[in-house]
Amino acid sequence: MPSRPMIGYAHVTKSFGPLRAVDDVSLDIAEGEFLAIVGGSGSGKTTLLRLANRLIEADGGTITVEGEDVRNVDPVALRRRIGYVFQSGGLFPHLSVADNIGITPRLLGAPPAEIAARVDQLIELVQLDRILHRDRLPEALSGGQRQRVGVARALAAKPRILLMDEPFGALDPLTRDALGEDFRELHRKLGLTTVMITHDMTEAILLTDRIAVMRSGQVLAQGTPAELSESSDAYVLELLRTPRRQVERLNLLLPQGGAA
Amino acid sequence: MSLFNDPRWGEALSHLPDYLGNHVRVSLAALALGLAVSLPLAIATRNRPAPRAILLALASIVQTVPGLALLALFYPLLLLAASVSLAWFGISFSAFGFLPAMLALALYSMLPVLRNGITGLNGIDPALIEAAKGVGMTARQSLLMVELPLALPVMMAGIRTAAVWVIGTATLSTPIGQTSLGNYIFAGLQTQNWVFVLFGCFASALLALAVDQLLGLIERGLRQRDRLRAGVGAIGIAALVAATLVPTMGRSSSGYVVGAKTFAEQYVLSALLRDRLQAASLSATARSGLGSSVIFGALKAGDIDLYVDYSGTLWANQLHRTDIKPRAELVAELKTALAKDNITLLGELGFENAYALVMPKKRADALGIRTIADLAAHAPSMSIAGDYEFFSRPEWAALQKAYGLQFKAQRQMQPDFMYAAAASGEVDVIAGYTSDGLIAKYDLVALDDPKQAIPPYDAILLLAPKRAGDEKLQAALKPLLGKIDIATMREANLRASGNDANSSPDVVAKWLWEKVGRR
Repeated sequence: MPSRPMIGYAHVTKSFGPLRAVDDVSLDIAEGEFLAIVGGSGSGKTTLLRLANRLIEADGGTITVEGEDVRNVDPVALRRRIGYVFQSGGLFPHLSVADNIGITPRLLGAPPAEIAARVDQLIELVQLDRILHRDRLPEALSGGQRQRVGVARALAAKPRILLMDEPFGALDPLTRDALGEDFRELHRKLGLTTVMITHDMTEAILLTDRIAVMRSGQVLAQGTPAELSESSDAYVLELLRTPRRQVERLNLLLPQGGAA
Repeated sequence: MSLFNDPRWGEALSHLPDYLGNHVRVSLAALALGLAVSLPLAIATRNRPAPRAILLALASIVQTVPGLALLALFYPLLLLAASVSLAWFGISFSAFGFLPAMLALALYSMLPVLRNGITGLNGIDPALIEAAKGVGMTARQSLLMVELPLALPVMMAGIRTAAVWVIGTATLSTPIGQTSLGNYIFAGLQTQNWVFVLFGCFASALLALAVDQLLGLIERGLRQRDRLRAGVGAIGIAALVAATLVPTMGRSSSGYVVGAKTFAEQYVLSALLRDRLQAASLSATARSGLGSSVIFGALKAGDIDLYVDYSGTLWANQLHRTDIKPRAELVAELKTALAKDNITLLGELGFENAYALVMPKKRADALGIRTIADLAAHAPSMSIAGDYEFFSRPEWAALQKAYGLQFKAQRQMQPDFMYAAAASGEVDVIAGYTSDGLIAKYDLVALDDPKQAIPPYDAILLLAPKRAGDEKLQAALKPLLGKIDIATMREANLRASGNDANSSPDVVAKWLWEKVGRR
């Protein structure tokens, strides 16, 4: 691991009233890494992600982004340089696809011609059709297309970091599969540092480099799938067994060499 | 005569630039002020439940106050504020007409704007506000680029509701001295000129519809980011305002303003006074339909220059006297008292318009009733009707006390309907006016008042303090003094109560001058 993490959490805590949503978490994400945070609902994974771009302020501990303590960075400026993909797209319903994608460059004061060119580039990057989709309103898109727009929007200001909050949560399995592969490719091609939240261990294993498992506000274990399988924590092991059990059941039910 | 070739349509139309112009100006100014206050309040309280609840409750309370009462309340309130401002800062302003009407209407417009503004802003999916933050918007950018555009349809619905309410309610600002389309309605109701009433209703309904549609155009334009549509709507509203400014631009503001209360005799007399001033080459306008509590204050403050009041009314309401004196003595004493306020009592017109208890002649004869004393015995089985103020006036208390009157029931009525109600037996007795021509028309009789419980009500001409030394004005008015006897005034009032083209106050005023001018 390089000496300076792209995102660093050190003993970070955050409570909502009596609930400790994030409880003494330390976690480093290296440059170029694709990390998944896996956990059930209420495990604190979304809170942890939102602390990184100060959508939520931490109670204690230190968070650094590109080496800087986030408390010393203006939150608005911080959010403009970190791409964020929301759970169900979070697209503004009154703005066209192009205007949604171009929003952060516009906030940064980029000239309209430059924004338009960037939007076209991004529409192609996320494999949407410039003629078909550019001027549509989000309501006229499918769920998968909306998530592609969400990613394009997050990438518009050329961030080095991409945060994704359950980007595939509401999608059908086929779309999920295609989208996952495409995002993985984008991550590699653009040299991003990506953090993705998911409750699906299979997805995490298939798409990402490293996995952090969260439960009750704490990171129980972190590492590659192989490293995780050596964990002593029963919950982590149980999570890891799930994909394998599914594969075994699938092998029993689907004839070898068949559709799979 | 058919309704459509009635020449009164033409007369109504001739007032339209003035009435519509004033109506549009006061409505749009009120709406603009209401928006300027309510929208920021809605935005400021969108995340604060406690102040939001208080604000909405206050706005709802305002809404429960009837429009007419709210408008009427603003007059004394501003009168007080004006006197405080004059005493403390040396700045005086008029508490009459535009200002109270605009403030009351602005207050009236606040509820729909506030409620829809708050509902619209609170109805936005919190995930979108989070997303706005997440893409790097400041709170202000989030408000302008996401929250307001998303709340726009609901907010605009509120603004449109407010516009329709304000334009409708503005017709009620006539009694506090703001000229509006309500002038048609008030004048029409008082002089039974249904053409005017209809005209006023249609004009204000059309105006409300037009403004609503223009606002709708702006809304659709903003929502679909269609600059053309939004522009056309905005230009439409601007054109409406500009068009109403044109007719007033050439008009001098130095002319005399003749006031009139809200009944037919006053409309006729104010038209007569205006005509006399104009005949003497003095520019003059009539401001009619003023509430009887507003008009004296307006004269004192100089908002109107002259009007006709009745001695007994001022005796009781301004001097707070309960004793009764003979006609001439009362007027003389009143003149001295008013002079202290620098108000000139120029003189009597000649007739008296006193309250009188009136009933059908046949019934009175049958029951042997000639005086109020005779009536007292029958009163417990009878009903009485009076105008809106009669039963709270000191004269009524004095009558009851002097004769021991006790009626079975008492009702309030629009004065012009009272006489018909008495004639048809709907009520047994009415508190009518001695100068009213309808007494003779319906074969009614005014009962004698042997105990003189009702004070005299000489019609007197009053001039504002600033006109005290205006000799040209006084010279123009002097020919009227003492010339109008009760029989002539009754006939004039009877003419004015008709429902045909010759019953308009202007026509009757000309007839009246022809009768008395040669005397």
